[in-house]
Amino acid sequence: MSILLILLASAVRQATPLLLAALGGLYSERSGVINIALEGLMLAGAFTAASVTHYSGSPWLGLAAGIAAGVLVALVHGVACIRFKADQVVSGTAINILFLGVPALLSGALFQSTGATPQVPQEQLLPIAPIVLAFLLVPVTWYVLNRTPFGLRLRAVGENPEAADTAGVNVARVRLAAVLLSGALAAIGGAYLSIGQSSLFARNMTAGRGFIALAALIFGKWRPVQTMLACLLFGFAEALAIQMEGVSQVPVQFIQIVPYVLTIIVLAGFIGHSRAPRALGVPYQEKR
Amino acid sequence: MSFLRQLLFPLAAVAAAFAVGALVVLAVGDSPLNTYALLIGSALSWPDGIGYTLFYATPLIFTGLAVAVAFRCGLLNIGAEGQLYIAAFATAWVGIVLAGWPAWLLVPLCILTALLTGGFWAAVPGVLKARFGAHEVITTIMMNFIAVALASYFTQYHYKPPGDPILQTVPIGENAHVARIGALVPGIPERIPLNLAFPLALAACLLVYLFLWRTRWGYQIRATGANPAAALYGGIATGKQIVLAMSLSGALAGLVAVNEVLGYRYRYYDSFSAGYGFTGIAVALLGRNHPVGVILASLLFGALLRGGLFVDIFTEHVSKDLVMVLQGVIILFVAAEALFRGRGEKRVKSV
Repeated sequence: MSILLILLASAVRQATPLLLAALGGLYSERSGVINIALEGLMLAGAFTAASVTHYSGSPWLGLAAGIAAGVLVALVHGVACIRFKADQVVSGTAINILFLGVPALLSGALFQSTGATPQVPQEQLLPIAPIVLAFLLVPVTWYVLNRTPFGLRLRAVGENPEAADTAGVNVARVRLAAVLLSGALAAIGGAYLSIGQSSLFARNMTAGRGFIALAALIFGKWRPVQTMLACLLFGFAEALAIQMEGVSQVPVQFIQIVPYVLTIIVLAGFIGHSRAPRALGVPYQEKR
Repeated sequence: MSFLRQLLFPLAAVAAAFAVGALVVLAVGDSPLNTYALLIGSALSWPDGIGYTLFYATPLIFTGLAVAVAFRCGLLNIGAEGQLYIAAFATAWVGIVLAGWPAWLLVPLCILTALLTGGFWAAVPGVLKARFGAHEVITTIMMNFIAVALASYFTQYHYKPPGDPILQTVPIGENAHVARIGALVPGIPERIPLNLAFPLALAACLLVYLFLWRTRWGYQIRATGANPAAALYGGIATGKQIVLAMSLSGALAGLVAVNEVLGYRYRYYDSFSAGYGFTGIAVALLGRNHPVGVILASLLFGALLRGGLFVDIFTEHVSKDLVMVLQGVIILFVAAEALFRGRGEKRVKSV
């Protein structure tokens, strides 16, 4: 019994960064902007949070700085995709590559180590707050999407931007707001990794979590509650992999690929069809 | 004239990226001029600089071609990284299992394995796209992780030398080795790992050019990419083209195995790729999805990979991650070029 409890607690912890990033991705993608930059946004948030916490001694300041970094990077993605109509996947890829490099470069210059930032003391970590926030954000996101004017506009520009435009919605502004929001949330997810789960930023510490979050978003059919369930499932797989490392006969690699295989199966339509927002990935040219 | 115009924008994007990179170098406290002098000087020295630059350019030509072929069909293959990993493992496996076979049979067999495995790994997202409409970007990303995990599993549990702390397979048979250029051309030392995969990459560029622009199949692929609805109306089975283009793309990415496994490490080595599959996207974009452009862009990125190592060692604050930053910024600038073009035109130009 206690093993199961440990496993479940670990699953919730593993699901937290995924959920934060996935909810961020949800805002962006429901507004019609593909966000495969989640990985890079998380890295930007994780590195900034760890560095600022190291210098200031305050994890809250670190978190705020991490969010600011995420929003700033998301702004680059948003401006490239919305203003300059760049291919959203290509822009996202560029940001992912860029933020594999930037933290290592800065870390090398600031801390004389491209591998990791200095350790943050135990009492300056954020263990619980991001978890609570992540799961609280699920009903909040549901409410925002389905019960507020902003949510209505967001869904409208993601499904039918022409109609939204005709109805007087500023498509570009709504999309940019959604992308910036995704940067903030993904960055919180990253900050949780660096100053919550561990106590420093290590090179490429997200290790593909941005992509697993994206997978969870698709597996959850771009809906908040289902996305949360997908994150918990993937988090559970990760927790299982950690617990079984070196103990069980089942190779850890087989557990690691579960989220990816499931996502492919869902995309192929074998377990219910996952339908993307209709205008996802299509830049919008204002008619006026 | 039009060739020069084609060159203008990529050059501007590279120049702008170097300007951004200079600011970053300044910010971390080094001299941009010295850093760039080091970067370029070490990439162009003879014979080591040029030899290594060409060696690093080789996998990028393969992945750049791979991404370009898919692009021409309107597909974004982000899965070259997974395709090259699974192909590299399969190639090493054949080289290990059939180690006793004669070289004239084993080497072609290994190359065929690289082509087929990479092609198969990309055909899966192709079929999923053609048959179920699953977006190839997401499926190829997922296939990347699956490929790396599978290769790492087989290496760790079945083909690792006992007691070896490094995650790598036992060596392939010597008959599977591909000769180094240094062994064939006097004046180039054999320690430089540049091998016959480089001329193979150039040949692949020529073949891809002939295929895409001089055959009916190539025409159908480009027509599908330019306007799927019109192609379908014109009697082209677009689904088939998607699967064909993805398979071809994956096969090209798989050829990275020839350079890395048959010509350099002589074994499969976990996480051997320096992101070649992703850099391939930058190469294809910068090279305007044309084989000649792919060669030029690969030489640039190959030089950066080589020079980056020297920047890492010989500057006080700048690490080789500067190369990654330059790469990311170049892609961003090239992507934002869409400002001047329509969406359809941007991915695929006239058929």
